Amino acid sequence: MSSIFDPVDNKTLKAIKEKFGDAVLEAGLDKGDLVAIVTAGSLHDIIAFLRDTPELDFNMLADLFGVDYLPRKPRFEVVYSLHCIERNERIRLRVQLNEKKCEMDTVTDLYPVANWLEREAWDMFGVVFRGHPNLKRLLMYEPFDGHPLRRDYPINKRQPLIGPKN
Amino acid sequence: MEKPEYQQSSRRTESAFLNVGPSHPSMHGVIRIITELEGERVVGAELEIGYLHRCFEKDCENVGWGQAFPYTDRLNYVSPLINNVGWAMAVEKLFGVTVPERSQYIRVIVSEISRIVDHLTCIGAAAMEVGAMTVFLYFMKAREFLYDLIEMLTGARITVSYVRIGGVKADFPQGFEEKLRRALKEIEKVVIEVDKLLTRNRIFIDRMKGIGVLDRQRTIAYGITGPLLRATGVPYDVRKDMPYLVYDRFDFEIPVAEGCDSYSRYMVRMEEMRQSAKIIEQALGSIPAGAISVDLSGREMTGAEMVETAKRGRVKDYVGARAKVDLTLEGSDSQGASNVRLASQREMSLPSREECYGNIEGLMANFMLVMDNWGIRPPKGEAYHAVEGANGELGFYVVSDGTGKPMRARCRGPCFFPMASLHEMLTGYMIADIVPAFGSINMIAGELDR
Repeated sequence: MSSIFDPVDNKTLKAIKEKFGDAVLEAGLDKGDLVAIVTAGSLHDIIAFLRDTPELDFNMLADLFGVDYLPRKPRFEVVYSLHCIERNERIRLRVQLNEKKCEMDTVTDLYPVANWLEREAWDMFGVVFRGHPNLKRLLMYEPFDGHPLRRDYPINKRQPLIGPKN
Repeated sequence: MEKPEYQQSSRRTESAFLNVGPSHPSMHGVIRIITELEGERVVGAELEIGYLHRCFEKDCENVGWGQAFPYTDRLNYVSPLINNVGWAMAVEKLFGVTVPERSQYIRVIVSEISRIVDHLTCIGAAAMEVGAMTVFLYFMKAREFLYDLIEMLTGARITVSYVRIGGVKADFPQGFEEKLRRALKEIEKVVIEVDKLLTRNRIFIDRMKGIGVLDRQRTIAYGITGPLLRATGVPYDVRKDMPYLVYDRFDFEIPVAEGCDSYSRYMVRMEEMRQSAKIIEQALGSIPAGAISVDLSGREMTGAEMVETAKRGRVKDYVGARAKVDLTLEGSDSQGASNVRLASQREMSLPSREECYGNIEGLMANFMLVMDNWGIRPPKGEAYHAVEGANGELGFYVVSDGTGKPMRARCRGPCFFPMASLHEMLTGYMIADIVPAFGSINMIAGELDR
């Protein structure tokens, strides 16, 4: 199967391909970084596996954010960047989501920082994280209407004025 | 020091909510901390951020790749050169190019200068907030030496936009190296002075030790990097673990402390300043040669004269002439500018002024890079590059769709992660401990909110 990534012989990628099989759509090296594209439903289990297996031990969630590839279907992508400090290894997991079904499971139970990171992804892109304890806006103010980092949100769009109501 | 327990009283009590509001003298940026208090003790805290959200990521999607540099300056506005370097390296990773060696050394030197500036500001502000006003002013004076140098090099103190895709803007001016060495000596003196004032100071230790504690396992789980992680004993530094530029050629140490509290973070930052100075000394010693020797065969004319001649269309008058411009100006070929920029890469670097006005290919190359909807066009794909910012791992994830504007420009700001954990750091302590705990994180609102 021809992959968009360069092939690599890596223990971590082999382990997740072995355990999760079809859920790992693509895996390999992208400009020197380990990347895997996985399905949304399997992501929580893959991350739990990467964190809890002693040989892999990815104990840091370095980043979590969304990307909007507008003309492309599936439109959204959520990217997770995991880091193992002891072995100095980093892996990027990418999940592709359709516009209509833009939701996935939260990883707040695995990494506490996902609380804020997922709030930001919700705020900016509208990706719903099921099971999140507190999914409200982080960078925007509460009555803000829309998800600003989406490609179809015009940069100079005005919002209705807000203020105290007597 | 373990966290004190709150004893439940037998009478019915209610907590009070105190808003350490967005506008507050000791807050380093605009942050709202809603604390739940039982008397003087904080039993819960919630943070509200986003007051300085200026849509960095959205703005970058609307301008060209090279035009994003002024936006990156304003991310961590205390160490803007590091942000510039991070962005440039992420985009260069998309292309798959390496900049010339002298350029790499220059980037390392300016990154380390920025790092020292950031640590001076952080420790100065944190010390001032716990009462040591003198330290703040000493460090501001020390910082001025470095700001003078940055101004000499780039023209601005904070909003520098010095780095370019494919190199840096221009070379060091005359006399920069000596001035830098003298500045480092002065800063060394100030750091020793402040060390004597603060490190064994009873009051400082009482206020900072055991405050803002977040143990190693929680720090890692929160994705925190930088001085805060090194203060818990983990020697993780992007410069050593994922080396970039020429950091692997230098001999420097990663300071690590074991206390996990504000005092350890202070000690780590003080030592990091010394290590940065060491890196700069080594870099100045081994930087490859800069301006090429003067070539007397070509006629020399001033840059302004050359531009005037070009405007009048008298191209033949300056064929074979060299423009005499200052080393800090972009766009001249004759003074060895190709050492600091990938001048051979047409798709990235502006051609020199002589080329641009002198022949049609140069003019076309200039046009292609400057006009709207043209510009620098990396191949389609994604790339992530991390540099060691002053607060931790500063990463940029860039997605290109082949056009002249980024499709996605994500900045992984290192301040975001400790702020997500601040409620844990504050719970169980007194109100007055909010200030040293918060000061030790060195939150820069520009980087947090982007």
